[in-house]
Amino acid sequence: MAKLRVGVVSPEREIWSGEADMVIAKTVDGEIGIMPNHAPVLGVLVEGGVLRVKRGAEGDLVAAVHGGFLSVADNDVSILAEAAELGDEVDVAAARDALQRAQASIDAGNNDAEAEEEARLEAKRARARLRAAGEDI
Amino acid sequence: MGAQLRQIRARIRSVRSTAKITRAQELIASSRVAKARDRAKAAEPYTRELVLAVMALVGHGMRIDHPLLDQRPDASRVAVLAMTSDRGFCGGYNHNVIRRGQALVELLRSQGKEPVFYVVGRKGSDWFRFRSRPTVREWTGSSGAPTYETAAEIGQTLIDAFDTKTSEGGVGEVHVIFTEFETMLTQRTLVRRILPLEIEEREAPAGEGAPRSPYEFEPSAADVLDALLRKYVRGRIWRMMLTSAASEHAARRTAMTAATENAQELISMLTRQANEARQAEITTELTEIVGGAEALGHR
Repeated sequence: MAKLRVGVVSPEREIWSGEADMVIAKTVDGEIGIMPNHAPVLGVLVEGGVLRVKRGAEGDLVAAVHGGFLSVADNDVSILAEAAELGDEVDVAAARDALQRAQASIDAGNNDAEAEEEARLEAKRARARLRAAGEDI
Repeated sequence: MGAQLRQIRARIRSVRSTAKITRAQELIASSRVAKARDRAKAAEPYTRELVLAVMALVGHGMRIDHPLLDQRPDASRVAVLAMTSDRGFCGGYNHNVIRRGQALVELLRSQGKEPVFYVVGRKGSDWFRFRSRPTVREWTGSSGAPTYETAAEIGQTLIDAFDTKTSEGGVGEVHVIFTEFETMLTQRTLVRRILPLEIEEREAPAGEGAPRSPYEFEPSAADVLDALLRKYVRGRIWRMMLTSAASEHAARRTAMTAATENAQELISMLTRQANEARQAEITTELTEIVGGAEALGHR
């Protein structure tokens, strides 16, 4: 069976590239699974989403993706993310800390709309990082 | 005579310690250029993929229609983003950026456009403050090793300004002055207009690229285009910041190499003077002794 050539890139560096059997990402419309010979797609990924790349024997590659973008054409899959982190690179303690702080800020409730939105985003990102690291939240 | 010799020796000591400093700066800058270039290289895949995605969109006969691509009817106010360094010791680097800025200001004014300034780097912001000229926003502390976060923030600020009507305090165009890294020895100060974006229609090389079947869009073509273009603007600013950072370090290295060489030259010149002074002192002493002995002998 044909394989997908996958590249995950962020502005700072190429995070991962290689071959895979399937890519699962979350777009604004919902989860999307890409398998070989998929029709060309351009998609906007949700803020704080988790990307899963199935590689068969090697096990899954999981990454937290923020501000992402997905493009599929001719079995080439590229994921552009303004910030991305591989699951095993996530600093779990820091992410938990960030989540707690953001949650506390939301719960306190004395923010203006903009700060609250910011805190919500922050919480979302922290959750994605924790999920990518395989932690329960 | 002894006083002169002492003075020269003190100068040699001081020049020598300056040379040590400039030499150290030179070495630091050399290693930072390499690092900055590596970072710029690491950022390339992202820019490439982004451009490919935009090209895919355009190549599919998508009707390209987006506020970021439109010429603003009222461009009486335009934004100028100047990328300078946080630290000095880098020769003409900042001076060149500011000079280009002034030329650009004149050009814009002659077209009836009023520039407003956004500044990156402490040197630039000092320049504006010293002349009490206003800036809209300043970002300092990250010129040598920029982070994407800063680039994204700058990009967002400029996009927001561009999205606002000129009559409500927005801008009709965005220009960036940055320094392109060419080689270790040459860096070029450039001005680019980044907004409104221009899409260049070019024939795709035959037999390459675009897949036959049409693209699917998640959630919709318009949303995809919007997200892509915004990323593209931020990505361009990011690239400009990286190349400017590499240029800054390269300029600093060149300036510090020259300074070290000058110091060495000065030291050898001063050493010669010191030797002459010492010789003159000895000669005088000898003459005095000989003269003294002769006077005694005649008695």
